[in-house]
Amino acid sequence: MNNQISRVAMVALLLLASLIVATTYWQSWEAPTLAAKQDNAIQRVAQFRIKRGLIYAADGKTVLAANIAKKGAGGTLYFRRYPKHGLASQVVGYSTQGRSRAGIERQENAYLTAANANLGTIFDNLSERLKGTTVKGNNLVLNLRPGAQWLAETALRGKCGAAVVLNPKTGQVYVMASSPGYDPNKIESSAGYASILNSPSACPGSASPLFNRATQGLYAPGSTFKTVTAAAALDSGKYTPNSQFYDPGYCTEYGVQVHNALDQNGPEQFGNVDLIQAFIHSINAVFCDLGIKLGAKAILDKAKDFGFYSSPPIELPPSEVAPSGPYNFAQHRLIDNPGVLDPGRMAFGQDKLLVTPLQMALVAAAVANDGTIMQPHLVNKVTNSSGRTVVKVHPQVWKHAMKPATAAALNQMMQGVVQSGTGTAAQISGVKVAGKTGTAETSEQNVYTAWFIFFAPADDPQVAGAIAVEHQLNGFGGAIAAPIAKQLMQAILASTSKH
Amino acid sequence: MGARALTLSYRNRELVYLAVVGVLTGIGFASVYIARQSLVSWGSLGYAVFFFALYIAAHLVARITVPDADPYLLPMAGLLTAVGVTEIYRLGVSDAFKQGLWIVVGVALFALALWGLRRDYRVLEQYKYLFGIGAIALLFLPRVPGIGTTVNGARLWVHFGNFTFQPGEFSKVFLIVFLAAYLREKRELLAQARLKDVGPLLVIWGACMLVLVSSNDLGSGLLYFGIFLAMLYIATARLSFVIAGIVLFLAGGVGAYEKIGHVHERVTIWLHPWTTQKVYCPPTGGLALRQDCESYQLVKSLYSIANGGFGGAGLGKGTFATTDGHQLIPFINSDFIYSALAQELGLVGAAALLLVFMLFAARGMKIALQADDGFSKLLAAGLTFGFALQTFIIVGGVLRIIPLTGITLPFVSYGGSSVVANFLLLAGLLLVSDRANATR
Repeated sequence: MNNQISRVAMVALLLLASLIVATTYWQSWEAPTLAAKQDNAIQRVAQFRIKRGLIYAADGKTVLAANIAKKGAGGTLYFRRYPKHGLASQVVGYSTQGRSRAGIERQENAYLTAANANLGTIFDNLSERLKGTTVKGNNLVLNLRPGAQWLAETALRGKCGAAVVLNPKTGQVYVMASSPGYDPNKIESSAGYASILNSPSACPGSASPLFNRATQGLYAPGSTFKTVTAAAALDSGKYTPNSQFYDPGYCTEYGVQVHNALDQNGPEQFGNVDLIQAFIHSINAVFCDLGIKLGAKAILDKAKDFGFYSSPPIELPPSEVAPSGPYNFAQHRLIDNPGVLDPGRMAFGQDKLLVTPLQMALVAAAVANDGTIMQPHLVNKVTNSSGRTVVKVHPQVWKHAMKPATAAALNQMMQGVVQSGTGTAAQISGVKVAGKTGTAETSEQNVYTAWFIFFAPADDPQVAGAIAVEHQLNGFGGAIAAPIAKQLMQAILASTSKH
Repeated sequence: MGARALTLSYRNRELVYLAVVGVLTGIGFASVYIARQSLVSWGSLGYAVFFFALYIAAHLVARITVPDADPYLLPMAGLLTAVGVTEIYRLGVSDAFKQGLWIVVGVALFALALWGLRRDYRVLEQYKYLFGIGAIALLFLPRVPGIGTTVNGARLWVHFGNFTFQPGEFSKVFLIVFLAAYLREKRELLAQARLKDVGPLLVIWGACMLVLVSSNDLGSGLLYFGIFLAMLYIATARLSFVIAGIVLFLAGGVGAYEKIGHVHERVTIWLHPWTTQKVYCPPTGGLALRQDCESYQLVKSLYSIANGGFGGAGLGKGTFATTDGHQLIPFINSDFIYSALAQELGLVGAAALLLVFMLFAARGMKIALQADDGFSKLLAAGLTFGFALQTFIIVGGVLRIIPLTGITLPFVSYGGSSVVANFLLLAGLLLVSDRANATR
């Protein structure tokens, strides 16, 4: 009988050994998948035992997200508190039990809960667990300048829109504001959440305060897109800044006249102009003509060099960053085939083009930084609970948008816009400011999205950015958006020179 | 014998291992105390002291009755009950107290069995039909009106006043004794596969299966079937019996899947615990994601295991409730105790626990190999295989290797009948081992 007993013993031991294999599978191989499941209540509760890292603004002092400890039946739990009640609300996001997470709180959750695979963090975490102390997350220091951020949110208060300001040489994001904002402390309670969703706002339809208009808001770029069209023209080698055009006050496309926009002084006609003048005075007829000659494909290829068609790699959840480009409105997706597009109207930023304020800030940054776009960064560094730096974010190139010579020519043209064109409201005494206005038509008559993209100082750019303000009745980019840009540039340049 | 004089005797070895288990139990309760100071008192350490004393008493009985028995089984059983009671204590203090009482009953019956059968346990062979009929009677007990109780869709419990027990656990031990005796007697005849000899076997086995399937106790059904096949194979050496048995079982399984709603549900949960779209939810009659409905337990238990990771949350530091105290996993201290342990002890601890189960099974099988007579071999192998298969069925169900069926984890789960029955199993193994070693 012993032969049979040995075989049965082998079967019994193999059955038990398979349990060890299966346990290993669930606890190591499948653990991250299960941890990410939406209905994983254990994970959600367990995360509240961790003292999440704090989120600081660039000064390292202003706390955007902190914790409050609550003694419960199973020990101390830590809940999020947002001491600034909504400064950079959509960027910081929230971390709650009921509604999970959003913004940086979501995207950088691994750092904030010290679950990141950094060797030092793992050892700290292990020793904290062994000592039975609370696991402390890593802190984040953002690039957001609290003063300028506050200024931007104040300027946009009562309006719907967004502002993005960044350093074109490093990609550090100084300001990212989306109006209306919200108080993240209200998210957890259902009454508070409802009050956020139902808050009154200046924009018709849904106010959507949770929506980050800076990275998700899709607007027609209007004339700010002429920067991309001009770059396409100059990079093609077929045009120079001095190329001559004739402006009859309209351009003819598909046999139909497309008239110049009602700029500040009504419909205009400039006659013989060069590309510089056409850009400074934002002449639609010239760009329409130029667009038809270049073709939709050439314009879109250049747009792709600027990062269109891809979501800028920034420290926000992928679902909160939209790509820019020509959209099929009905299906809410990008159009791949240039053949269905209208090159003339697209050349001055209309037709089916939709862009995010972040993307347009990167267009300005490309001109400012000799044609190179740096990867935008909201996070400056990650520090552990004792203040030691765990990760320092270094500048990285994202795109080569155009030739340096093209960037230099556009720099001059954008300075001309502020000196003597449509963007004079952005002038700062003693500082060379470059910019481009945009007054984008919307589906409603006489209602525009007011745009301004900018950088300064033009000879040594420290800041670049974009302002977009929605639903402006007869409101022009130069009049609505440019003054906000001026305020932000002044504030940041003043604080930067002090450093 | 000469070699043994140089080392510790079997019983002294057992004492040393029990001391190690005692220290481990103390550390376990201390860590629960440290982690949950707000909820438990220093009195918890009293449990550790009490357990140590209880096992010393069991050891002293073994010293007198089975001096030559295997020295590892009692300490391993002690370790498993200690791990179980520590975790049960951590999950709920009152259940741990009840479990403690059951362990006292278990040790008392263990001592009684050793004492009563110390001369020759093989007298049991003479009463084999009594054991066979007893096994069926015990299985039928919960169906008797007035004393049977239905819990979670299965009618498995018997209650007398406040006292509840699950006779199926004892029925398992009885059936193994019957099979060992019957198969020893008829093994040569059975190998010829004549209906006259196979008949009584099939009748008793068939009756058990009928009761189990009709009472929705699929886990026990699988367990009995496995034990039956393993013992039949050991007795007859006919692999064809095993293959035929497995084919029959699979055919029956497919039939049950088609016809019996309860079985269909278990298999569906096993194959597709998560759905992305809402499906029909039988308990509410509405639509819900399956992970929020039928497979709620399994899915939550997997989350618990995964949350343990490599090192575990630590005894007393796992998450089993929401922040407002709502329990996340039902039956956490019985059917799902393994997912609680896996979360708190991590892969390291869970694998160590499973290794103890493996060592226990290996020692049991070694006893079967060393035994001199067919009855002893079949008894030891049957008891050990039953122990191993029961562990596989519940932990394998929790780990989604097989469909999940409610059954206890030997020595660890909360449940009086299970603990007591497993102490009887332990007594049986020690008796066989003592005889095998003494006659050597």
